[in-house]
Amino acid sequence: MGERTSTMTGVLGWLDQRMPVVDFWNKHVGQYYAPKNFNVWYYFGSLALLVLVNQIVTGIFLTMHYKPSAAEAFASVEYIMRDVEWGWLIRYMHSTGASFFFIVVYLHMFRALLYGSYQKPRELIWVLGVVILLLMMAEAFLGYVLPWGQMSFWGAQVIVSLFGAIPIIGPDLVIFIQGDYLPSDATINRFFALHVVALPIALLLLVVLHLGALHEVGSNNPDGIDIKKKKDASGKPLDGIPFHPYYTVKDLFGAGVFLSLFAFVIFFEPTFGDLFLEYDNFAPADPLVTPAQIKPVWYFTPYYAMLRAIPDKFFGVVVMGAAVLILFLVPWLDRSPVRSIRYRGPLTKIALAAFATAFVVLGYLGLQAGSETQTLVARVCTFIYFGFFVAMPLFTKIDSVKPVPERVTMHD
Amino acid sequence: MTKPILTLLLALVGSVAAAAGPGPKLLNAGTNISDTASLQRGAQLYFNYCASCHSLQYMRYSRMAEDLELTEDQVMKYLNFTGAKFGETITTNMPVGAGEATFGGEDWFGKAPPDLSLVARARNDGPNWIYTYLLSFYPDPSRPVGWNNTVFPNASMPHVMWDRQGVQVLVQQTDDAGQETTGFDLIREGSRSPEQYRQDARDVATFLEYVGEPAALQRERYGLWVLLYLLLFTGVAYLLKHEYWKDVH
Repeated sequence: MGERTSTMTGVLGWLDQRMPVVDFWNKHVGQYYAPKNFNVWYYFGSLALLVLVNQIVTGIFLTMHYKPSAAEAFASVEYIMRDVEWGWLIRYMHSTGASFFFIVVYLHMFRALLYGSYQKPRELIWVLGVVILLLMMAEAFLGYVLPWGQMSFWGAQVIVSLFGAIPIIGPDLVIFIQGDYLPSDATINRFFALHVVALPIALLLLVVLHLGALHEVGSNNPDGIDIKKKKDASGKPLDGIPFHPYYTVKDLFGAGVFLSLFAFVIFFEPTFGDLFLEYDNFAPADPLVTPAQIKPVWYFTPYYAMLRAIPDKFFGVVVMGAAVLILFLVPWLDRSPVRSIRYRGPLTKIALAAFATAFVVLGYLGLQAGSETQTLVARVCTFIYFGFFVAMPLFTKIDSVKPVPERVTMHD
Repeated sequence: MTKPILTLLLALVGSVAAAAGPGPKLLNAGTNISDTASLQRGAQLYFNYCASCHSLQYMRYSRMAEDLELTEDQVMKYLNFTGAKFGETITTNMPVGAGEATFGGEDWFGKAPPDLSLVARARNDGPNWIYTYLLSFYPDPSRPVGWNNTVFPNASMPHVMWDRQGVQVLVQQTDDAGQETTGFDLIREGSRSPEQYRQDARDVATFLEYVGEPAALQRERYGLWVLLYLLLFTGVAYLLKHEYWKDVH
């Protein structure tokens, strides 16, 4: 094999001759050309990475003090909150981080819907992203069980029992998952293993693949224009700028704004009015006392509202699962010749607005007790949610489009 | 300083939180855990009236002393009646049998008196719940302990602070809108005036709110500095971005 000579000298040169660190840096950062017209929606990708790092680092410190057993879990969390130096901060960073992770990721996904970032050639990035969402949901659910409060126990009970709706194998599957006839010590132990080892490894791998796929085809932008079509004499995209330093400093600013909001919640309203940490979960798990209302944390409530809106349990579970799985199909449901919402017609705009509204309303309804009116509204919203995807091939095809400019537009 | 922003923010989620649980209408306690004097009075009342039955199993005497600005001597002499060491957690002398009738809580009340470490956090609107609860006892001969409570009906807890509040009976009232409501009528005065007793209840609620989350004192103290630093950081990052992006058109 021919020897590669590095342009670098010293330690970096030594390293570079044995491993292509410089190439790697250039491919992914230093000479990764990103469109210059990113708007505010484009902060959420780097912010999601920031929250992921936050969850991992704070999570490592939590595992140093947390005890994964039904007898000790609750007390060990209170021990962290009271006796571990800065334990309260680490715990609040982790619990608030979980909610902020979903805020950031939901906005990140909405950005993709706005600008058609899932369209060819970025289908794989979108598909990997949906897998990340699924893993994140599992990770969040497992983590929520660990403090072993009332809502941990009953939430686990409700969610795991959903698997019981599967015909024939359901009841046995529930026992297999829990390792017992109800959520118990065995459940906590395996959920801990999955939460701190299995899923984080899978999540990290998928994030690497998500970024790898992105950097292969390049980033989309608010105009939905392929910047690689217009290059200068040296082969650099005319509308592209190197990720570093341009987007590193821009994302640094975004991180500052984000961290300010994050810190505000951590230091002044860590329970966020019962939304991020529920009061019921400050009571230790008690299999003999059912809480007045069992509800998941806010980021699951849209799907929970769908589940409750369906009268049949098995069908409800199918609908809830389909609500996430249908996202996989989006790249092939969209038949529009243009990517960005900026150059699409009114049909798409109305459909997307209706979809987003239905999602938010479902999220609100999932937190409520579920009166008859609320159930009716939840059914309408579930219909709109699925209608958006089912009708997508039609409305994206017949909708009018505006001419897409040759070059990206700058708005500031 | 952060209160107005907080209020605004909470107003947004307030409708969600307020709808969270049905229950009795709670009075506004107006607790303030930064009020050290109120915390100290609350601790004094707690240890004299509550602590013989209700433990605070996650709270240490030493931590309480530090946060309430009390000396070790003061705590060990006036608040610690169990002979526990200064660094230990606050337990009761009442032996609590787990599910068995012992000469302790279970035997006396049918159910062990609960630990109150997290009572202010585990209930919706906890501090106001405690405050209202302490103001809502009335005599009820049908109950084993002779007392009942409108906030938590048929609990086995007697009105331990009756000597301070006095005795109030339950009466039916008609409010301004013509609605039938229940109210209280003080038939025997206690050692404290109604206003003083409300302050007692507020002090206990404040103390238990603190016990629910001792770190609240720290996080609110550090929070402002962290935010100031982050805003400064964001400002510098903005200038840096602006400088780098000058040549992007």
